[in-house]
Amino acid sequence: MSRALYRLSAPLAALGRSALGLLAAIGRVTLYAFEALSHIFRPPFYPREFAAALLNVGWLSLPVVGLTALFTGGALALQIHAGGERFSAEAVVPQIVAIGIVRELGPVLVGLMIAARVTSSIAAEIATMRVTEQIDALVTLSTHPMKYLTAPRLLAGLLVVPALVAVGDVIGIYGGFLVSTGSLGFAPGSYIQNTWDFLTRADIASSLAKGAAFGFIATLMGCYHGMQSGRGAQGVGRATKASVEAAAVLILAANFLLTNIFFAA
Amino acid sequence: MIELIGVHKGFGAKQVLRGVDLSIARGESMVVIGGSGTGKSVLLKCILGLLEPDAGRILLDGQDVREAERDAFLARFGMLFQGGALFDSLPVWQNVAFRLLRGRLKRPRAEAREIAVEKLRRVGLGPEVADLLPAELSGGMQKRVGLARAIAAEPEIIFFDEPTTGLDPIMAGVINELIREIVTEMGATAMTITHDMSSVRAIADKVAMLHAGKIRWSGPVAQMDASGDPYLDQFIHGRAEGPIETLR
Repeated sequence: MSRALYRLSAPLAALGRSALGLLAAIGRVTLYAFEALSHIFRPPFYPREFAAALLNVGWLSLPVVGLTALFTGGALALQIHAGGERFSAEAVVPQIVAIGIVRELGPVLVGLMIAARVTSSIAAEIATMRVTEQIDALVTLSTHPMKYLTAPRLLAGLLVVPALVAVGDVIGIYGGFLVSTGSLGFAPGSYIQNTWDFLTRADIASSLAKGAAFGFIATLMGCYHGMQSGRGAQGVGRATKASVEAAAVLILAANFLLTNIFFAA
Repeated sequence: MIELIGVHKGFGAKQVLRGVDLSIARGESMVVIGGSGTGKSVLLKCILGLLEPDAGRILLDGQDVREAERDAFLARFGMLFQGGALFDSLPVWQNVAFRLLRGRLKRPRAEAREIAVEKLRRVGLGPEVADLLPAELSGGMQKRVGLARAIAAEPEIIFFDEPTTGLDPIMAGVINELIREIVTEMGATAMTITHDMSSVRAIADKVAMLHAGKIRWSGPVAQMDASGDPYLDQFIHGRAEGPIETLR
């Protein structure tokens, strides 16, 4: 009787353990995020670390962000034109490309590219520092790892990813413009005018706000998982993988939430 | 100067330190020996506050280290890590002068570099090394740079974690001599953890053996060979047979 009861309850117990584990992880990440944010505003500050993070998160991500946006904008224009043809709505290509890129694809794709490029590199770097005792060395040299490693990266993510999203939006729209004017027969002047007339300030603000949120998530996940790394090469690998997975899922979830906040009437 | 009273530390079900009592006098060079996995590094990290003991007290000049102001406390310490723990992204001189470039000991950049080059010279490295990255150095050179970093801010207390691990016997001898010289000329209090007996004989004023989570034996290095303790005898002579269980 008791064995049968045990068999029945085992899956429920496993489910309960997973749920508790998930809640504990959310709690740990939240506390880590609040502590990291508080260090952004409290001295000492490390301007060189911040400048290096700006360079890594922002400037060095430009090529991958630009190419992603360019190809996506072009493909989007082709899709809208092909789909619009079915009910004689080809003329809306500039408007739909603009709204699609600025509201959704620009921020989301930039966020995912940052998760792939920056989150992974932050996690691997900090995890390696953890494994090779460089984090302990920082502490013995009277330097708070949260201030020196996490705060500059978080601040860079918050500030520079919106700028990357803006660049991505412009290049994405330009990709649509190139395809539309080059092979779909649109006139350049009217394409630009239609795009400009259709976009609102709220579209642009939502795009930049999403960029800030995604930049925060991407850098936070890199730092958090790097700091939590286990031992050895396997520990570094696991931390890197977990950071990218968590960043990508959280970015998509945050995108849904923010879209709801901005556009659900 | 440093006193440990009944220090306990465990990780999950595994109890590593089971009541460590140890005292180190000012200016003394204490070497803690013990087999791999006996908790030597854990002991050292507990003193530095990198790990929180589960029970017991650690006093520095009579004050509980948990009550000390953290920055002021750490400013008294220098540490040489087992693998060097040099910061990959910084050139050698910035590693050495790390403490002098930020925080309460901050100096102008040019002065910090000058001090770093001088400390590098002290550990036998020329100024041409200053602008290299740690990855461009051999293991022995990395240890020397780590040593230069440990002494850069002229700390009162220096910890050495397995200072000769991974080095050939000649380089190990050079590092041991350097540590002894530097500790003597600075008048620093030193605590070294190692299982290298040549390091023990070169560096130690006093020796403590950690076994089964407690200090098994401690005394002056000159008395180590005649201690009469079968555990210590087995360890210092590297015998497979004896009271310390070995895996085969």
